[in-house]
Amino acid sequence: MNFIKYRLVSFVFSIFLVAVSVYGLIRYGLVFGVDFTGGSLAEISFSQEEDQGELARRLAEDGLTVAQVQRTGSDSLLIRFEGGWEERNRAIDFFAKRNLNLLRFETVGPTFGQELLKKALLAIAITVFLILFYIAWRFRDFNFGLVAVAAMIHDNLVLLGSFSFLGRLLGAPIDSLFVTAALTTLAMSVYDTVVTFGYIRDKSGLSFSGQDIERVANEAINATVVRNINNSWTIIFMLVAVLLLGGETVRYFSLALLIGTILGTYSSTFLAVPLLVVWQKSKQKKRS
Amino acid sequence: MNRPKKIFIAILFLTLACFYLNLPPRVSLGVNLWNKPFKVEFDVPHPTISLFGTKFPTYYPLHLGLDLAGGSHLVFEAQGENWSDQDRTRIAESLVENIRRRIDAYGVAESLVQPAWENDILRIIVELPGVEDIDEAISLVGQTASLDFRRQVDEASPSAGFVVTDLAGADLESAGVSFDPNTNQPVVTLEFTLEGQKKFAQITSEVQGQILAIFLDEIPLSFPVVKEPITQGQAIISGDFGLDEAKRLAAQLNAGALPVSLTLVSQKTVEPTLGSQSIKESVLAGLVGLAAVIVFILLFYGSLGVFACLSLLVYALVSFCLYRIIPITLTLPGIAGFILSVGMAVDSNIVIFERLKTEVRAGKDYKIARELAFGKAWEAIKDANICTLITSFVLFNPFDWSFLPLAGMVRGFALTLGLGVITSLFTGIIVTRNLMRVFRSNTN
Repeated sequence: MNFIKYRLVSFVFSIFLVAVSVYGLIRYGLVFGVDFTGGSLAEISFSQEEDQGELARRLAEDGLTVAQVQRTGSDSLLIRFEGGWEERNRAIDFFAKRNLNLLRFETVGPTFGQELLKKALLAIAITVFLILFYIAWRFRDFNFGLVAVAAMIHDNLVLLGSFSFLGRLLGAPIDSLFVTAALTTLAMSVYDTVVTFGYIRDKSGLSFSGQDIERVANEAINATVVRNINNSWTIIFMLVAVLLLGGETVRYFSLALLIGTILGTYSSTFLAVPLLVVWQKSKQKKRS
Repeated sequence: MNRPKKIFIAILFLTLACFYLNLPPRVSLGVNLWNKPFKVEFDVPHPTISLFGTKFPTYYPLHLGLDLAGGSHLVFEAQGENWSDQDRTRIAESLVENIRRRIDAYGVAESLVQPAWENDILRIIVELPGVEDIDEAISLVGQTASLDFRRQVDEASPSAGFVVTDLAGADLESAGVSFDPNTNQPVVTLEFTLEGQKKFAQITSEVQGQILAIFLDEIPLSFPVVKEPITQGQAIISGDFGLDEAKRLAAQLNAGALPVSLTLVSQKTVEPTLGSQSIKESVLAGLVGLAAVIVFILLFYGSLGVFACLSLLVYALVSFCLYRIIPITLTLPGIAGFILSVGMAVDSNIVIFERLKTEVRAGKDYKIARELAFGKAWEAIKDANICTLITSFVLFNPFDWSFLPLAGMVRGFALTLGLGVITSLFTGIIVTRNLMRVFRSNTN
């Protein structure tokens, strides 16, 4: 099948995805977890049925600003509230008075949280640069690196965008686990891209001469597309299992990884390679 | 015997060894068949093997993180703008040593106390597995150290107890370790402040020949006997202790000499019941996912898939063995990292099988096609895996760079992912290739 011929389709699709993501990010923003904003997170279990709304109102009466109440099981709730150590102690008293059992409790001071976010962003930036230079070096061509990075950024932008909607609808938070998932998405996205690029390198012997860019690129896609998709299936099986059965703590983490895996597979085959063809062609035009 | 067969036997041996190392001391299997419970229980001997004078245990327990075992993760901060470089290391050491001592006295096993500098702020990360009353633990760890010297109540018998003197931590300038020039034994040196020098001289002349006990946070630290009055403000505690003990004692004395107040900046607590629930959930998720992957590979690649599944089995056994031996503390994200790397481990096989199909389609002989597929696939697999390794390297932050995340969760994930990549290169390339060489040598 001639994938390169239909490159416009994937370009339009990607532009659509990015546009929707940017819209979501601007319109809804992101829900940051307590790791990054500071505040407290409590998972409680109860023997007598608790009404979420009433519990939130009672907490508010105690002067606590509840950001989110979420059901995690038949007899457990996850409550996020703002504030520092004083609010934390008040909440502990509140739960004790109501005979609620604390399963999990986290409190993060506000400055500590911001620092974590900064470091996480830096970690992403460093990883992107390292991978950019590694690929540019391995393929003796900066464009390979640039294209791989462009696909990576596309994937992460769309991942962030989807979490702005998920945050809006389900309260899915951006926390350290999300950052981990984003970084893994970077790695997986580039993994598939490199396997496909490897095939191109193989066929063209690095001298990527004029006319047959399209042919070689198309051969590479045809040779690797089954492998890319099949490999993604295995990862998707594992992640869906974790998503459905792995429990609350890793739910959004595995969801983020799942979205990242699907995006990575799509972008390396249908975005990175066509993009490479377009860039290499324009480079050659400039030269001649 | 040819080379592939030898390698095959080595792999077989390794697999069995890993299987054995992963067996718990007591295996208990229960199944319900036709409403009748069948239960099999047996002990697995795990003797310690002596080889070349080094002892190798054959059982390594799996270390579980706080989110699985339950417990608390605390981060404290101490401000220290005016500390000199020398002070910084001494303060960090003494704080850590003192907190460890308190936790040990409280009776928490497998706790972790770790210092981390963030510019001028000293952070102390404390992990307490299985602590029930977390507020008590927080105040215990977070309290400012108080050191004092106490004299015997009854001059004749030390067992009658001790009474506080006016000599306290503030009078102590610093403590250190040096060596007795005569015996070459390590000793702990004490240096007092000017004020302390006077008090110490006074007290030592009064209690000559008796014990002048040192208490840290109301718990006795040392019971030195005053041999003679000391007026110079410098004292030596000698005794039957090794270098490590002397260093620890000096650090604990310094904790009293340089009291630092700690503020709590982050706490995370997980109930043990929630933790064991998480283990059950992730084990189930892992098994279901693995089963789905195996079915998929077998359906798609047929008999070739059998090799991939076998090498996947080797992969899982080797990974868990490494977790035990290194040891790696398994956390929930860590398990997610492992589950993810299972997917990636299959990948190298899929790359190879797809290559193989291409080469066979091109009309090449099976044997040649197989070796070509492995050779060419290796190039692509190598680059792709190095990119994953770069990511796990940045996430794991092995040099404790303070500008990168130091969060335990992220690191646990990076460690299992990185280790998974390396292990999967071994199982995906070497194991699969040899299995195919041995069992599919004549097929076309």
